[in-house]
Amino acid sequence: MNKDKITLCEELADIMPPEYHELVETATYGKEGRGWKDIGSSKELIEQHSLCAGCPESIAFRYILASLPAPENTVFVGSTGCTSLVFPHVAVQNIHSLFGNQNAIASGLKRTLKRRFPDVEKDVVVLAGDGATVDIGLDMTMQSWFRQEKFTTICFDNELYANTGGQESGLMQKGFVAKMAPAGKNFDKVRLPEIAREAGCHYVAMLTVSKPNRVEKAIRQAVMIAREIGPTYVQLYTPCILEIGKQSMEGLDEMKDAESIGGRFVMKEYISDQAQQLIDDMEAEEKAKKKAAKEAKKAKKPVSA
Amino acid sequence: MSQYQVKAGPEAFLPPAAASMGVILPDPGECHIEGRIAPEEEGYEYAARKFLEAKVPTIFPGPLVLWNWNENATKKAKAIRALADALPARLIPMADYRPKYPKIDAEAEINPNHPNLTIWHNKIDVCIFVGVHCHQANLALKIIRGGTDCFTMAMCAQAGHEDACLSFRDASVEKITKLMDAVNKLKKEGVKSQAESFVQIKMTSSGRVA
Ligand SMILES: Cc1ncc(C[n+]2csc(CCOP(=O)(O)OP(=O)(O)O)c2C)c(N)n1
Ligand code: SF4
Ligand SMILES: [Mg+2]
Repeated sequence: MNKDKITLCEELADIMPPEYHELVETATYGKEGRGWKDIGSSKELIEQHSLCAGCPESIAFRYILASLPAPENTVFVGSTGCTSLVFPHVAVQNIHSLFGNQNAIASGLKRTLKRRFPDVEKDVVVLAGDGATVDIGLDMTMQSWFRQEKFTTICFDNELYANTGGQESGLMQKGFVAKMAPAGKNFDKVRLPEIAREAGCHYVAMLTVSKPNRVEKAIRQAVMIAREIGPTYVQLYTPCILEIGKQSMEGLDEMKDAESIGGRFVMKEYISDQAQQLIDDMEAEEKAKKKAAKEAKKAKKPVSA
Repeated sequence: MSQYQVKAGPEAFLPPAAASMGVILPDPGECHIEGRIAPEEEGYEYAARKFLEAKVPTIFPGPLVLWNWNENATKKAKAIRALADALPARLIPMADYRPKYPKIDAEAEINPNHPNLTIWHNKIDVCIFVGVHCHQANLALKIIRGGTDCFTMAMCAQAGHEDACLSFRDASVEKITKLMDAVNKLKKEGVKSQAESFVQIKMTSSGRVA
């Protein structure tokens, strides 16, 4: 990993406001074992955001950024919606696409990056809302999976169109009444994780963002499997507290309720055999690394008299 | 139809896009001065004179020269510093393009979403943008011309900016240095800088040090 990407030109560094010096000094780029625990002490993992206070999308964003295996070589593709309000604040390359087009843009981008940088692994990650992923963009989403495009699709599932005031979405639960969908939804929540599995995704995970370590693991696996094998999909429940009438502090409880037994968001994963093999290899490698580090530490310890 | 002139503002809340008024971009080797296409050499002298006549001449370096993303960025940063020292001019960075709320520190930085705040606060009368991505420079140049009387210039790395009062194109270390040479030449000929005295703000992660 390379931290040089976010260093300052020495000749002009002294005119830069303090926050940029701090951004560089606390950056986790290049840090071995970076992860969600760096949130709060590293400026690049979004200090400010422009979402509603307490919106779970904001913490989901942070967990995702902290979990990227190679942030300096990652490009996000976003789409219109509440998520797009955060992209101007992140220290990772990103492209905004026309609403619904995100997986088509990502397909072209990934292929182009492969040609342009044949010797560097460039990860492409789509991050869009449920309206963009499942309704207006479903064609592009699924076609990219059929074609086995090698990138990760992350959907922030808040079960409605939040940014435009609460319209019905395919991922909304049956019977739900939203501000701009007063008649109530009359069909079931679309089962996109199952569709993703059938459409060729090698790794599919659906979970809430209540537990950072789970999110970190799912994102890491999704990105690595997309890099090595083929398309992956992660659906994260990020409830729109504004639309469901919750206070800023209540997002976490809402997610915990939704993931408890019998809830809509009990964590599930679908993993292809090929992807499972890769996960096993990665875990074995990680274990070996930890063991070696432990032994090295032991060897260094002075023998007490 | 008489040619539209890209004069310093204020051009009111919504200045017309200079391109829509018939202003075209210069070809390589050229610049535009208030909308008139001129040889680049003429632009250096014009820009240098404007800077030396100014009370608060200011350089706005953007992300492309502030961040060490390639070797050329470092070289450009060096040339910009030398230009600022030669004039002298203030250096105020446009470090990124985030909309910053509640408010930027208008004395020490400029932001493309409300660049007029920095111009007003520091009473900047002549400025140059260098190393700012095109679309953000366009936005800032229009807002400045809309609401302030600052004479704007652009040292553009691409094809130039219609909405600057003066625009170079294909910015390079050599071109920044040529502008500095033009300043030094005028000074030698007896043109004196009219800049008010100032202290360049300097900062580290713990705050201002100058
Ligand atoms: C092509 C296009 N159609 C419609 C819109 C209007 N629009 C903006 S945001 C949005 C809904 C976003 O919903 P979702 O993807 O679920 O994101 P959320 O805001 O809920 O995070 C829509 C329909 C648009 N910007 N572009
Ligand atoms: S409208 Fe809902 S999803 Fe959007 S920022 Fe506010 S709480 Fe979050
Ligand atoms: Mg939504």
